[in-house]
Amino acid sequence: MHHSAGLRIRFTAALLVVGAALLAHSAYGVADEIKPKFRVAWTVYVGWMPWDYAAQSGIMKKWADKLGIEVEIVQLNDYVESINQYTAGKFDGCVMTNMDALTIPAAGGVDSTALIVGDFSNGNDGVVLKGKDKLADIKGQRVNLVELSVSHYLLARALQSIKASEKDIKVVNTSDADIVAAASASDTTALVTWNPQLSEVKKLPTAHEVFNSSQIPGEIIDLMVVNSAKLKANPKLGQALVGAWYEIMELMSSPSPAGVAARTAMAKASGTDLAGFESQLKTTRMFYTPADAVKFTQSPALANTMQQVAEFSFMHGLLGEGAKSAGAVGIATASRTIGASANVKLRFDDSFMQQAVSVKP
Amino acid sequence: MRKLINWRPAKGALAALGCAPFVLVLIAYMVASQARLEVNPNDKMLPAFASFSAAITRVAIEPDRRTGERLLWVDTAASLRRLGLAIAISAVIGLTLGMALGALPIAGASLSPLVAGVSLIPPLAILPILFIVVGLGELSKVVLICIGITPVITRDIEQRVREIPRELIVKAQTLGASTWQIMLRVVLPQALPRLVSALRLGLCSAWLFLIAAEAIAAESGLGYRIFLVRRYLAMDVILPYVLWITAVAYLTDYVLGWISRRAFRWHFLGQLQ
Repeated sequence: MHHSAGLRIRFTAALLVVGAALLAHSAYGVADEIKPKFRVAWTVYVGWMPWDYAAQSGIMKKWADKLGIEVEIVQLNDYVESINQYTAGKFDGCVMTNMDALTIPAAGGVDSTALIVGDFSNGNDGVVLKGKDKLADIKGQRVNLVELSVSHYLLARALQSIKASEKDIKVVNTSDADIVAAASASDTTALVTWNPQLSEVKKLPTAHEVFNSSQIPGEIIDLMVVNSAKLKANPKLGQALVGAWYEIMELMSSPSPAGVAARTAMAKASGTDLAGFESQLKTTRMFYTPADAVKFTQSPALANTMQQVAEFSFMHGLLGEGAKSAGAVGIATASRTIGASANVKLRFDDSFMQQAVSVKP
Repeated sequence: MRKLINWRPAKGALAALGCAPFVLVLIAYMVASQARLEVNPNDKMLPAFASFSAAITRVAIEPDRRTGERLLWVDTAASLRRLGLAIAISAVIGLTLGMALGALPIAGASLSPLVAGVSLIPPLAILPILFIVVGLGELSKVVLICIGITPVITRDIEQRVREIPRELIVKAQTLGASTWQIMLRVVLPQALPRLVSALRLGLCSAWLFLIAAEAIAAESGLGYRIFLVRRYLAMDVILPYVLWITAVAYLTDYVLGWISRRAFRWHFLGQLQ
């Protein structure tokens, strides 16, 4: 008997030691480095391809070296997963839309700053009906889309425009990776998606695009979001990202051979060719100059958009169960603060982009 | 000094040893969760236990704000309906086909290679084809599970039927049995208990395909909810759902095992002694 009791104690003790070691490793595993090192995540989307180019061309490294820091740009395959990893603290920055910035990191208590306002969707997101060509025909249909995403928001805005509501349709959550295949299925009659899938879906013979994001310009915004605390402690991270971004923007918007080469590289990395990439750029309103982006960030229209996004998010339970109103998570914009000023978790900060306006390379 | 291989825990220690890993996981979770919540009280990655009970109340007891339904039960019913239907279909096809392939040499020779080939196709890889053929509705989810588990069940039954001693078949023929009678009176009683164990093993993959199907296109179901709330990192909902799925899966497995032991006593006689 005493053998087994002794064994139990020793065995339990061994388990405890292993457990404690594992915990200690996960809690204190991050070692301090002499040169501050940062990790930024991105996923494939026409407006975010410059980040791939920043890594490939060495422009990011050039700016980071100049400021004495290290910035690693990491591509992830899954968009939502990349935001979740950023929220969990695995990345210091991540690309995402304004709505996802509010509902994932900000609602999750991670104070986040929209460092770069890169573009807004100007037709990259659309509502497609099969066999019908009027938005009003959507009533009573089952609509395939990625639930709780910007597609869902676009659909809600589309329904608003014809004085209808989500009660008039039935939403079917469909993965963005499979939506093109889903569109070909005969029992699929309505769907909402974004590019590049949208352009594939529109090629179907009976498909009609009945609403797109150009009808709500400036409401689906693509951002580079950075952890606010990290940014405050290391303003150089902000300077490096903004510096690299606008150097690429100038190149990207240029008709010169170097500009064409940059766009071709981005096209290739996003799995299309130059013509395909440029047709996607046509439905994307890029802010090629920092002045352009600053103007947009300071406009009261941005605050109004965020107010609408916050209301949509609250109605769909995206701000968390503790949220009592659409203003539960505060959003600071240049023109005004929306919602709880004591709980600001999403900040549109144009100061770094402004520095880029004054310091022309 | 006794060798480690001869150390056997006493009865009381056995239970304690069994529980220890669970308790340790729980403690590790609590410590890690506490550490994260101290840094950020709104952290969603590792919620506190209070958040779990609030989330469970929300999904299991209170009606949903938007739909007025009690989500957990609606999801469980939707998932179990798909799973039950798919398993029933797979069982019927797997049993008939497996018996034919195993007992009738001509059927085995002509179809065995096909079944073996089909069983190697990863069902998730042919999803786009599936969508075009059967659409996106309930049918596609059931078909996905069937494609995933039927070939495996068929091959298992086929193998077991081949293992039936040749003497039994010969003996039945000496007693004047026709092919049909041999199938029903000799092969079927031997195949049925095997079918249940094949189903129990198939359940693992069936759950996998169910969750995958619900993640791709659905409006209810346990997998649907997990992938939906994953969008805003609601771990307070996801973790209880995962535990619930585990519990339901364990229960289904247990019930199948119980049925098998009650219904096919002859099969377990050897094992009982």
